[in-house]
Amino acid sequence: MDKLSTKHLLGIKDLSREDIELIFQTAEEFKDVINRPIKKVPSLRDITIANVFFENSTRTKLSFELAEKRLSADVINFSSSSSSVKKGETLLDTVNNILSMKVDMIVMRHSSPGAPHFLSKHIDANIVNAGDGTHEHPTQALLDTFSIREKLGNVEGKKVAIIGDILHSRVALSNIFALQKLGAEVMVCGPITLLPKYIDTLGIKVELDVRKALEWCDVANILRIQLERQHIKYFPSLREYSLYYGVNKKLLDSLNKEITIMHPGPINRGVELSSDVADSDHAIILDQVENGVAVRMAVLYLLASVSK
Amino acid sequence: MQKRLLLGHPQLAITIGRLCQQLIENHQNFENTVLLGLQPRGIFLAERIKEKLLELTNSNIQLGYLDATFYRDDFRRRDNPVRANETKIDFLVENKKVVLIDDVFFTGRTVRAALDAMHAFGRPSKVELLVLVKRKYSSHLPIFPDYVGKQVNTIESQRVLVEWKHQKGVEEDNVWLINKED
Repeated sequence: MDKLSTKHLLGIKDLSREDIELIFQTAEEFKDVINRPIKKVPSLRDITIANVFFENSTRTKLSFELAEKRLSADVINFSSSSSSVKKGETLLDTVNNILSMKVDMIVMRHSSPGAPHFLSKHIDANIVNAGDGTHEHPTQALLDTFSIREKLGNVEGKKVAIIGDILHSRVALSNIFALQKLGAEVMVCGPITLLPKYIDTLGIKVELDVRKALEWCDVANILRIQLERQHIKYFPSLREYSLYYGVNKKLLDSLNKEITIMHPGPINRGVELSSDVADSDHAIILDQVENGVAVRMAVLYLLASVSK
Repeated sequence: MQKRLLLGHPQLAITIGRLCQQLIENHQNFENTVLLGLQPRGIFLAERIKEKLLELTNSNIQLGYLDATFYRDDFRRRDNPVRANETKIDFLVENKKVVLIDDVFFTGRTVRAALDAMHAFGRPSKVELLVLVKRKYSSHLPIFPDYVGKQVNTIESQRVLVEWKHQKGVEEDNVWLINKED
């Protein structure tokens, strides 16, 4: 199979394992391309892509924009803070206006879960979900699993612990789906207040003690405490969170095993992850960022080929 | 599926030998020459050429694999997209004489894409094209091979298949002309 089974990338949930493996194989070739002196290929030269960001983002937006430019696509950027959305325009109107300027693909981030799914029912262009509220962030999960595969050779059979604010994390949900599809064992770990109620239905392990989670896993994906989404108090203080759930060198050294450390960024240094771990050889945080561009190139490239 | 043998393995060995002699005639000691096999199927021929030249001239010529998938002009126009393959070139082609190698020459579009793809690795002083089988009168572009193993008359619906001995399920080197079923 050389084609994705879907026209949009709305979530990992809709992808098959074959889709994910095709994306990985293509991403490997793009990783090779972006490490050459000439980092650009002409594949998408006849395509225009709009990056529509209704919510703040640095890394994801830069990564998508770079991926689009390295594929020679024309790129337009839109962020809600400086647009007519503030004047009361609806999502569908905004996007239809952008599309009437002959745009072929939309990369969208939105604070409402399901916003890209809604859009996909009403418009023709390919849609890539760049994060919808607390729901899914598929390209992040793809680059995370791609990075695990690169570091450990395979995802199947590996034990991956996702630690931190699971309740507010779209990265967690997408990662769980991706890891399960690729045959990894998944555990989530965090304070009980930051674990979603339905977590038992996903068929994953749940652990409240971070030390036990680390003793179990091969890879620890440590998530940020999303204070901007926490409208009530979920734990007494950041200091207390850091004391009970923060991952630091002392804790890792006491385990007597090697764990690969991941973080989707941005890191709150000293809260969920200490600097001596984030900057250590076990951390593949910057590899994740590099792989992000290659994986997004693969996604855009493959989606473009199913649009006709 | 009907198929007809174009080149059997004894003739194929002779043809590869002749192509190598032609290369020697034009490149003498291969000091400044590199070989680039085109993915996915040209790399097998390129490996054979490299081996044979080592045997004949004792010169170990650098060989790379070039994949032109991302440079194709028929992307988004095909029903079945081409899957990308590995590009493996551990040298620069800057000021080198490059011999591009593919198994079958048909429309010339793969070669055009390969010329684009190659420029990411430098500006060669000269580029030549070597193919095992050239399908006559089928080029869409003003691109023609410099070294040709065998020319054949074909119609559009036919396909040329080159099989190499080390591939799975293949017993000996053969080149077939295949009629696609209607």
